[in-house]
Amino acid sequence: MGLTNELIKQKLTEKFGNELLNWDEQFGLLTFESSKEMNLKVLQFLFDDEILNFKFMTDLTAVHYPNEVGRELAVVYHLHNLIDNVRLRFKVFTSIESPDVFTASQLFSAANWMERETYDFYGVNFIGHPNLKRILNVDEMDYFPMRKEFPLEDQTRIDKDDEMFGRG
Amino acid sequence: MNTEQLQTQAPITSPLGRLGGASHIKLPEGSIEKQTTTLNLGPTHPATHGVFQNIIELDGERIVSAEQTVGYIHRAFEKIAERRPYYQITTLTDRLNYCSSPINNMGWHLTCEKLLQVKTPKRVDYLRVIIMEIARITDHLICNSIVGVDAGAYTGFLYVMQYRELAYEIYEEICGSRLTTNIGRIGGFERNFTNVAFEKIEKFLKEFPGVWKEFESLFKRNRIFMDRTIGTGAISAERALNYGFTGPNLRAAGVDYDVRVHSPYCSYEDFTFNVPVGNTGDNYDRFLVRGEEVWQSLSIIQQAYKKVQEFKGTEADIFHADCPAYYLPEKSDVYNKMEALIWHFKIIMGETDIPKGEVYSSVEGANGELGFYLISDGGRTPYRLHFRRPCFIYYQAYSELTKNGMLSDAIITMSSLNLIAGELDA
Amino acid sequence: MRPVRFNITPKEAKLSDSLMVSELPEGHIGEGFFATSLDKVVGLARKNSIWPLPFATSCCGIEFMATMGSHYDLARFGSERVGFSPRQCDLLMVMGTIAKKMAPILRQVYIQMAEPRWVIAVGACACSGGIFDSYSVLQGIDQVIPVDVYVPGCPPRPEAIIDGVMRIQDLVQNESLRRRGSEKYQELMNSYGIE
Repeated sequence: MGLTNELIKQKLTEKFGNELLNWDEQFGLLTFESSKEMNLKVLQFLFDDEILNFKFMTDLTAVHYPNEVGRELAVVYHLHNLIDNVRLRFKVFTSIESPDVFTASQLFSAANWMERETYDFYGVNFIGHPNLKRILNVDEMDYFPMRKEFPLEDQTRIDKDDEMFGRG
Repeated sequence: MNTEQLQTQAPITSPLGRLGGASHIKLPEGSIEKQTTTLNLGPTHPATHGVFQNIIELDGERIVSAEQTVGYIHRAFEKIAERRPYYQITTLTDRLNYCSSPINNMGWHLTCEKLLQVKTPKRVDYLRVIIMEIARITDHLICNSIVGVDAGAYTGFLYVMQYRELAYEIYEEICGSRLTTNIGRIGGFERNFTNVAFEKIEKFLKEFPGVWKEFESLFKRNRIFMDRTIGTGAISAERALNYGFTGPNLRAAGVDYDVRVHSPYCSYEDFTFNVPVGNTGDNYDRFLVRGEEVWQSLSIIQQAYKKVQEFKGTEADIFHADCPAYYLPEKSDVYNKMEALIWHFKIIMGETDIPKGEVYSSVEGANGELGFYLISDGGRTPYRLHFRRPCFIYYQAYSELTKNGMLSDAIITMSSLNLIAGELDA
Repeated sequence: MRPVRFNITPKEAKLSDSLMVSELPEGHIGEGFFATSLDKVVGLARKNSIWPLPFATSCCGIEFMATMGSHYDLARFGSERVGFSPRQCDLLMVMGTIAKKMAPILRQVYIQMAEPRWVIAVGACACSGGIFDSYSVLQGIDQVIPVDVYVPGCPPRPEAIIDGVMRIQDLVQNESLRRRGSEKYQELMNSYGIE
């Protein structure tokens, strides 16, 4: 296996210098983050570079950290190099007031629906996405249900008596 | 026949053409000029096997474009998972791809074990492999027989359905449930396999190959079936990768990516098996790849069964790892033993320490790479749990797969992709 | 050789065990004739020719496949004809989670069915929302359509589904012919906003 985490890190620092931060290798999975303006450049570099060759998008999702002011939403990409069988995780953070992140759907067709799902759950606005609308929830929904402040349970329920469920 | 052809046959004088001045009939505006038909397929259409909606633009019988709408059984798995303790999430994973629940269960346990750094004994691994491969067989069996149904052959479906019961009986013997199995705990199984379970596995190994051989001989070289499936719904390897295909669908396109081989979990490296690949990525190749995977699974079960039988003495009774802080103790022990009661209480009340961390772990689900992205903040419940659901990711290629094809082929394409609504909509 | 198995402990045939006789409604029987009231005959006929409309959305749908399949075989109860058009069917079998996005469609399908129609909610999700007490799941289909029989289980075993169908058969057999025209029934429909 030619491609190691050290090599990836070295290649990326050569290209982007100190723009990439918070390097981590939990459970052997290389993780780093960049500013949200850089996300496409990094993804494109990982995709195009002949040695890195991260041409497979495994997963795209978001995480909400309400306590980290200014970087509440994290968009997490999991990429996979199928030739050398190496995975990596790449994050960008954005504030919840202007959750604008560039779309990766031009690069990976797989990102199209995953970004729509992320928009649906967290309200991350993917700039340049061809069809950014709700995918799993009804179109009329006026909030982003996966954000931490929203409750899990259906608030309009009448049949599930709190007393009967020990919640009264 | 579109209106252009119509015009060459009979010159249209009135807006309603050859109907000849039936001007009292009010057609919707633009319906004459429009050359294509819009067909709403789903979400309760019988041919969609689940709740998918496709709005298809048809030119005659040829599909011009298809737009999919999903989310008709969105159940908020990820939100629920943020409110449930780790051991309760197994129940949720059951309901992802319910044709092969045990694989999802094991995937979740493996994710937790990776986070908690629990090492499972070999015997547990082999037992898990047996269960997971049986689940893969039941899943492929449903998918392939449904492809047959959509091509007009109902017999195969009825035939194999009866033998799926053999597999369900094995699950029942191991965990007490047929479909949503909830098999296993973090660290192993909740109880050892009984002798009856092993007998049933033996019976399955003895009877099923004949059934599958017969099923395949109904379809594999069947002229009608071949004509219906070869060349329809095809995708190239490049596009499949770009679309994030995994599992049999990707392998049918010619990429030999299999999580079991690339990042072995559960001691899959101890087994020898082949990864079947196709080359055109069409419906026929997908059918063949699944069919062959069933044979490979049978061989893996056989190897694992043999390995399990080789354990002697106390080793033959091991069915869970030694990790009392995370493994829920057996119920009879909880009632009779002090330590077991204490651990049970601690686990249920969330008193055991769960390390902080982020982990991505994946298993080869029956329809692709099933991934779990788990973020733990040390609490009783996950901070965030994201399921990488293979169906969701590759269903977006459906419009590309069906474009310029016939409507009837689009139905087969849909079933041969093995889309499971519960997994797709999370 | 085909493995034919004969009944090795034969039971003496009794007239009262015959399915035809045991299900016979009350009435006057004589040589060559049988007289009973019309709604009993209609009930008997309807009961044994129910056309189910499977509205299968998730896991319970897979158990329904087993129920319809060769092993459990719902056809034995006169329901072998699974229709997929609501216009033709008598029995709406709702199997699986109904999300809020799906609820209007379920209602639409119910409205499209012709009277008399029955509804069976199969599985915990259809009955009450099941384990999915979440923002997106309808907490029981009886919020949008009236339900006749609830089958519990997550998912119910095929035997349980068959039992549910048999309970429907009881309802169908014993239903008064005037029920669907009655004011009480109209009230029930109106309470769901169905004209």
